[in-house]
Amino acid sequence: MPVVAPLLLSALMFSCGVYGVLARRHGVMLLIAVELMITAANLNLIVFSQLLHNAIGNIVALFIIAVTAAEVGIGIAIVMLLYRQRGTVAVDEMRLMKW
Amino acid sequence: MVSGGIRELAWLIPVLPISAFFIIVFIGKKLPGKGAEIGITFTGAAWVLGLLCFQDAIARHGIVERSLTWIRFGGFSLQLGIRVDGLASMMFVVVGLVSVLMQIYSLGYMKGDVRYTWYYAAVNLFTGSMLVLVIANNILQMLVGWELVGVCSYLLIGHWYEEKENSNAAIKAFITTRFGDLGFEIGVILLFVAARTFNIGQIQTLVAHHAISTTLVTIGALLLFCGAIGKSAQFPLHVWLPDAMAGPTPVSALIHAATMVTAGVYMVARIYGLFSASHIALTVIGIIASITMLLAAVLACVQRDIKRVLAYSTVSQLGYMMAAMSVGAATAGVFHLWTHAFFKALLFLGSGSVIHAVHTNDMFEMGGLRKYMPITYVTFLIGSLALAGVPPFAGFWSKDEIVGAAWSSGNHLVFVAGIITAFLTAFYMGRCLTLTFAGRYRRMPVAGGAEADEHEDGDHHLPHESPPSMTWPLIILAALSVVGGLVGTPIHNIFKDWIVIPGAEHGVVVAVMVASIIIAIGGLLIGYAMYVRAPYGFGVIDPLSKLGPFYRAAVNKFYIDDFYLKVIVRPVQYGLSKFVYNVLDQEVIDGAVNLVAAGTVQLGKAVRETDERGVDGVVNGFAWITDKTSYLLRKLQSGNVQGYAAGLFVGVVILAAVLFLRGGI
Amino acid sequence: MALPTIAFWMLAAFTAVTAIFTVTTRNVVHSALGLSAALIGAAALFILFGAQFVGLAQILIYVGAVVILFMFGIMLTGTSIRPVVDNDQRVMAALVAVAVFIVLAAGILTSFGGRKVRFDVAFPTVAIGHALFTTWVLPFEAVSILLLAALVGAIVLARRD
Repeated sequence: MPVVAPLLLSALMFSCGVYGVLARRHGVMLLIAVELMITAANLNLIVFSQLLHNAIGNIVALFIIAVTAAEVGIGIAIVMLLYRQRGTVAVDEMRLMKW
Repeated sequence: MVSGGIRELAWLIPVLPISAFFIIVFIGKKLPGKGAEIGITFTGAAWVLGLLCFQDAIARHGIVERSLTWIRFGGFSLQLGIRVDGLASMMFVVVGLVSVLMQIYSLGYMKGDVRYTWYYAAVNLFTGSMLVLVIANNILQMLVGWELVGVCSYLLIGHWYEEKENSNAAIKAFITTRFGDLGFEIGVILLFVAARTFNIGQIQTLVAHHAISTTLVTIGALLLFCGAIGKSAQFPLHVWLPDAMAGPTPVSALIHAATMVTAGVYMVARIYGLFSASHIALTVIGIIASITMLLAAVLACVQRDIKRVLAYSTVSQLGYMMAAMSVGAATAGVFHLWTHAFFKALLFLGSGSVIHAVHTNDMFEMGGLRKYMPITYVTFLIGSLALAGVPPFAGFWSKDEIVGAAWSSGNHLVFVAGIITAFLTAFYMGRCLTLTFAGRYRRMPVAGGAEADEHEDGDHHLPHESPPSMTWPLIILAALSVVGGLVGTPIHNIFKDWIVIPGAEHGVVVAVMVASIIIAIGGLLIGYAMYVRAPYGFGVIDPLSKLGPFYRAAVNKFYIDDFYLKVIVRPVQYGLSKFVYNVLDQEVIDGAVNLVAAGTVQLGKAVRETDERGVDGVVNGFAWITDKTSYLLRKLQSGNVQGYAAGLFVGVVILAAVLFLRGGI
Repeated sequence: MALPTIAFWMLAAFTAVTAIFTVTTRNVVHSALGLSAALIGAAALFILFGAQFVGLAQILIYVGAVVILFMFGIMLTGTSIRPVVDNDQRVMAALVAVAVFIVLAAGILTSFGGRKVRFDVAFPTVAIGHALFTTWVLPFEAVSILLLAALVGAIVLARRD
C-alpha cells in the first residue's frame, strides 16, 4: 500500500496532539495530548522500519516508550504538586511569568 | 598781517577760563576756596595776557591771524583760529576785567550760596565762551562761541532755579535769543555758500572787491543782524533782558552789561566790511536801533525795580551802539561799548550792594542810603553821571560821538532818537539816584519793630555798607568810569588809532556836544526834582502816573510780552505741542512701538503654539507610539505557557514552509 | 484488496477518530479513555507493521501503566474544570494544528509520494532482544537510570511534607 497513508495518519495524530497542547486548560489533558504526539512519532518510526527493512526503528521506538513513561510520571507529579499549591489545575492561571 | 610777539599766545586767553571751568567742576568742591580761587586766578591770568595783547596791538598795528584745521571734508576744511587785532584785544581787556572784578565781588555777594562752586564754574565757562567768540577768525567758530554764551546765560540766569520764576526767565532768555540765532545760522550758511569760506578776513576782502552780489551781501548782513537782535536785545527780541534780572546781580553785571549783550555789537564791528557795503542793511539796523533806544528808555522811566531800570538802560544803550554802527561810526559804537562796560557793570554791582543791604529791589522802599552806604553811593553816582553823559565822565565822550556822527551823516531818525534818549536816560538815572540815595530811608524800623525787615543775624535793620570784597570792585570800576573815556576825547582821540575798523568814519560836531551836556544835566535835575519829595511809607504813587493810560501801558511794557504770549507761545504750547504730543508722539510713535510689541507677542504666541503642538507633539507622539507598542508587546509576556507553545509551533511551521518552498529539505 | 490493507484502513479510521475525540471532549476522564483507545489502535498498527514486540510493549506500558497514571492524576486533582475546558486561544490553536498538518502532509507527499510499503517483514522479539543487549546496551542502561531518576524525582515532587 502507499506509504503515505500511515504517514498521513501519524501526521493527523500529531496535529491533534498539537491542538490539544495549545487549547486545553487541564494540566492532565495537556499531558494526554503530548502522549498523542509521541505516539504519532512512534508510528512513523515503525512504518519506516517496515519500509526500510531495518530494525533500528523498532529499537528507538522502544526507547521512546521507556522515556515517555518516565516523563509521564514526572508530569503527573508536577500536576499534583501544582494542584496542591494553587488549588487549581488550570494551566492558564499559572501566570507567574507574566509581566 | 603781522606775526610774532605776545599775540601768538592769544589762543591761551579763551583756553584759560575754560580750563578753569573743568578744574572747578571736577575738584572745585574740595578746594579751600570752593573753586573761586581757581576762577579768579585763571581769569585774571587771561586778562593780563589780554592786556599784553592789547598793548602789542596798539604798538604794532596789524592783525595776527593763526588757525589750525579742525575737520577736512570734500574741498573744504573747518578752521579753529585766532584773529587778534586792536578790536579783539580791547574785548579781551573788557571781558577779562569785568569777569575778574565780578568774581571777586561774588566772594562776598554769593557767600553761602547753595551752588557756590557751580556758579564759579559757569561764570568761567561763560568767560571762556565769550572769548572764543571774540577771538574767532571765522564766523563758524564765532557761532560756536555765540551758542555757548547763550547756554551759559541760561545756566546763570536760572542759577536759583528752585523758584519757578527764575527758571522761566532763563528759558525765556534762551528761547528768545534762539529766534535770533536761527537767522544768524542761516546767514552763516548763506555767506559760506556765497563766499566759499567762513573766514572773516576773506569775506570782507571779497565784499570789498565786489565779488559777492549786493543782494547776497544785504541778505547775509541782515540775517547776521538777526542774531544781534536776539543777543543784543534789540526790538523786538528785547523782552528777555529785563526778566533776566532774576539771576544773581553779578551775573547781570557780567553778562547783561558788559559782555554777552555786546556780542551782537562786536559781531557787527568785526565784520563791518560786510555791513557797510549794504546801504539797506545799515538802514534797517538804524531803524531797529532807534526804536530800541526810545522804547527801552521810556520803559526804564516807569520801573520800580532798580535792576530793571538798569536792564532797560542797557537795552537802550545797546541801541545806541547799534545806531552808531548804522550811521557809519563803527569806532564810536565800539568806544561806547568800552565805556558802557565800565559804568554799567559798576551800576549793576552797586545795585547789588544796595540790594544786599536792604534786601529788596524796590526803589520805593529805599531812600537816604547815602548816609548808610557812602562808598556805594559815591560810586553809583559816578556811574550814573557817566551813563547820563556828563563830562568828563566816560559816557559823555562815547555817546556824544555817536550823536554827532548821526548828525553828520544826515540820518535824522537816529539823531532825533539819540537826543530824546539821552534826555530820558538822564531823567531815569536822576529818578533812580534820588529814590535810592536821597531823602530819608523809607523803611526805618519802628521801635518795637513790627514791620521792620528781617536780617539774618537778627540785627536791627538799618542798612550798612557792604564788605570790601564788594566795594573794591566798585571803586575800581568807578575810577575807570572817570578816566576810561579820556582815551577817546576829540582833543586827542587815540581810541580810534587802537581800533581800526574798515569803513568807519569819524568826526565831531561841537554844537551837538554842547546840546548833549545841557540835555544831560537838565534831565538829571528834573528827575531829582520830581522824586526828591516822594513820600515814604507803603503805597507810594509814582508822579509819572499822572500820565494816565500812557503810564499804564508803559508799566505793562506796552503789552509786547502779552502779545508774544498770546500769539506765539500759547498756540505753540497748547496747539502745536499738544498736537505733537497727543497725535504724533502718543498715537503714531507709541502706536508703532505698541504695534511692534503686539507683533512680537503674537510671534511669541505662534512660536509657543508651534512648540507645544508641533515639537511637543512629535515628542509626545514618539512617547505615545512607544507606549502603545510596549503595551502590545507586553501582552507577549502573558505568563501563559500555552501561548508560548503556540508561538513555537507557528515558528516551526513557518520555518518548515520556508525551507519547503525553497526547494526541498 | 489484501487483508492487511483492509485491516490498516479500519484501524487507521479508528485511531484517527479516537485521537480527535481525545482532544475535543469536555470530560477529562473521557479524554483519558479516548487516549487509551487511540493507543490501542496504534499498538494494533504497530503489530500490523511487523513490530510485534513494540506493539505489545506499547499496550503493556502505555495503556496498562501510563493511562492508569493519568487516571490517578485525574482523580487526585479534580475531574473537571467547569465550565470551560478549552482556553481562550482554541481558535488559534486549531489554526496552528491545521497549519502543522498541512506542512507535514506536504512534506510527506513530496518525499514519499509514490513509494509503497509491503507487510512482509516481521521483527522477531529475539532479534530485538539481541540487539538491545549488544549494540544498544549503553542506551538501555541509560534509560534504566533515567527511569530510576524519574521514579525518585516523582516521589520527591509528590510527597507531602
